[in-house]
Amino acid sequence: MNYFPDEVLEHIFDFVGSHKDRNSVSQVCKLWYRIESYSRQKVFVGNCYAIGPERVAERFSGLKSITLKGKPHFADFNLVPPDWGGFVYPWIEAFARSRVGLEELRLKRMVVSDESLELLSRSFPNFKSLVLVSCEGFTTDGLAAVAAYCRQLKELDLQENDVEDHRGHWLSCFPESSTSLVSLNFACLKGDINLPALERLVARSPNLKSLRLSRAVPLDVLQRILIRAPQLLDLGVGSYLHDPDSENYNKLVTAIQKCKSVRSLSGFLDVAPHCLSAFHIICPNLTSLNLSYAPGIYDNELIKLLRHCHKLQRLWILDCIGDKGLEVVASTCKDLEELRVFPSDPYVGQAAVTEEGLVAISRGCQKLNSILYFCQQMTNAALITVAKNCPNFVRFRLCILDPTKPDAVTQQPLDEGFGAIVQACKDLKRLSLSGLLTDQVFLYIGMYAEQLEMLSIAFAGDSDKGMQYVLKGCKKLRKLEIRDSPFGNAALLMDVAKYETMRSLWMSSCEVTLGGCKALAKRMPGLNVEIINENDQMEFVGGCDDDRQKVEKMYLYRTLAGQRRDAPEFVWTL
Amino acid sequence: MEGGVAYEQGLNLKATELTLGLPGTGETEGQGGVRNNNKRPMPTSETNEEESQALAQIVGWPPIRSYRKNSLQENGMYVKVSMDGAPYLRKIDLKVYRGYPELLKALEAMFKFAAGVYSEREGYKGSEYVPTYEDKDGDWMLVGDVPWDMFMSSCKRLRIMKGSEARGLGCGV
Repeated sequence: MNYFPDEVLEHIFDFVGSHKDRNSVSQVCKLWYRIESYSRQKVFVGNCYAIGPERVAERFSGLKSITLKGKPHFADFNLVPPDWGGFVYPWIEAFARSRVGLEELRLKRMVVSDESLELLSRSFPNFKSLVLVSCEGFTTDGLAAVAAYCRQLKELDLQENDVEDHRGHWLSCFPESSTSLVSLNFACLKGDINLPALERLVARSPNLKSLRLSRAVPLDVLQRILIRAPQLLDLGVGSYLHDPDSENYNKLVTAIQKCKSVRSLSGFLDVAPHCLSAFHIICPNLTSLNLSYAPGIYDNELIKLLRHCHKLQRLWILDCIGDKGLEVVASTCKDLEELRVFPSDPYVGQAAVTEEGLVAISRGCQKLNSILYFCQQMTNAALITVAKNCPNFVRFRLCILDPTKPDAVTQQPLDEGFGAIVQACKDLKRLSLSGLLTDQVFLYIGMYAEQLEMLSIAFAGDSDKGMQYVLKGCKKLRKLEIRDSPFGNAALLMDVAKYETMRSLWMSSCEVTLGGCKALAKRMPGLNVEIINENDQMEFVGGCDDDRQKVEKMYLYRTLAGQRRDAPEFVWTL
Repeated sequence: MEGGVAYEQGLNLKATELTLGLPGTGETEGQGGVRNNNKRPMPTSETNEEESQALAQIVGWPPIRSYRKNSLQENGMYVKVSMDGAPYLRKIDLKVYRGYPELLKALEAMFKFAAGVYSEREGYKGSEYVPTYEDKDGDWMLVGDVPWDMFMSSCKRLRIMKGSEARGLGCGV
């Protein structure tokens, strides 16, 4: 019989990186489970309510890094009421108690209180990296605690969080002895910043590679920072308003010329577009460019800039680039892999790009594998062309601003177009649909989208059949989120066991009833079936009539932790 | 003197209304049957503001993060710009321009037209298109007539009018 000492197995497992693979490894036999569990350093928990923190700490005794996700994805779009949940505090507290040697914490859509940040900063002496994406609940006081007490902090990365700003004192809380910073991103902060403290911090951080500034950092400070940190790889410009004839501007041009290592550029949160030419010199080195927060840059300045970006792999931009601008991208950025085009005016409900821009991109950028495209209109012909040109899509998200708009030329549903996409793109993992869509598109998805893991549906389909095609066909489906579509109990209850193979299901403004949800909850005790009852829309009297009520918002997920104890009043777990 | 939205007269708003009542309200007490209350007859490609307003009122649509939505709104003094004959509106941040010459240059670049030469007496001469704006009182004025700061604080939106319609605008009326 073959026999490997534990250390050898452990060493072999070191080469197994991805969570999926490590999960597979741990299921081979008890021995492998044991070794894999104590040697795993990075743990990923896609739903913070799927398991309790104590259990995680117990199984993975060597845990150093954890990623946690809280609220359902549709919370990003205000579909989940505040106070729904997703608190990180219990996790930090449990890890502190279990003496986990935590070094890295990555959170998405979670509620993070100042208290939890303070506890975090005091409980883990080796703590190095904090990444918060789309979180809320904390203020700059919490950041001050992290700055002051995390002596080995290398990374503080705040992306699109809702932070209450108590002014800029937190930056001065980094002790003078702190020189370990590698990455600092505070672009999402809205208040004033202690500028001298920022400059001193940059000056004493020789390893700083990534710096993303907020709107409060003006041009002259940017210029001095760039002089101190020419080694930067990733730069987020804060405010970029100035007079092109001023001395400051000339100094900036000189400073930028020295930044030969910058590969990623973002920000320009306030911008005077005519002065962007200062950055043209670093454009040829850029692999990533995010101008999606810079609405002040209109198309010709944008195009001038983009013409220099030959090496771009990732581009996030606003739709004011227009179809013509996308043609320029298509002819310039031959290495483009990911493109996101956001609406510059979400309140007007009109976008400045159409199917033509998308087709142009598909013709020019053969390596494209990920797209998020907000547009005014789409056609089946365009989608079919795109599918032919770019069969490598892994993520394909299309959002037509009018959610039930048909093919702009033929007035037909867009079933054939999306059908072409799923048929051609054999590696497609994520798909978001929009436009006029019937059950037919779901038939195609069920038939062809074999690798699909996440599907987002809004205002689509005609009957239960639509959802049933998807549940039956997509074997690798993990997350399904549906809003405003006519799927009801027949679809919901068709294959209840399927939901234990998935992370979660969200259905809002559909046709499922309370009775249907109750039936599901009864048959599947391993799921939490939560009903969000805002504004007392529903009556849970327990009488026999109430089961016919339609459920406005339902969120179900598999869990080993049972019903959660922190659910607010308006969330019922059936 | 039209206000730029006269095309809304006579529009059958009910037909274009995107209804998003709660399931169970209204006519379709569904059993997962064919849905017919959310699909509406599509107007042709002519965009119109009422439709945009209706779209803007759908909760959580378009699906962009609130953080992004909020930051686009807070940032600057945004006004809509329309041009007669162009299919969609643009939006610009007045804060970004230091005066009329810069603004006009930006508009000309954005919409590919030439505004001509401005004079207080004769308005814009030598051009097919004329930049105008709607002020706080709802009046349509010629861009350039009032001092820049006053313009910034009173301008609600811009419209690049076809020259023939702009005659008589803001001239001692």
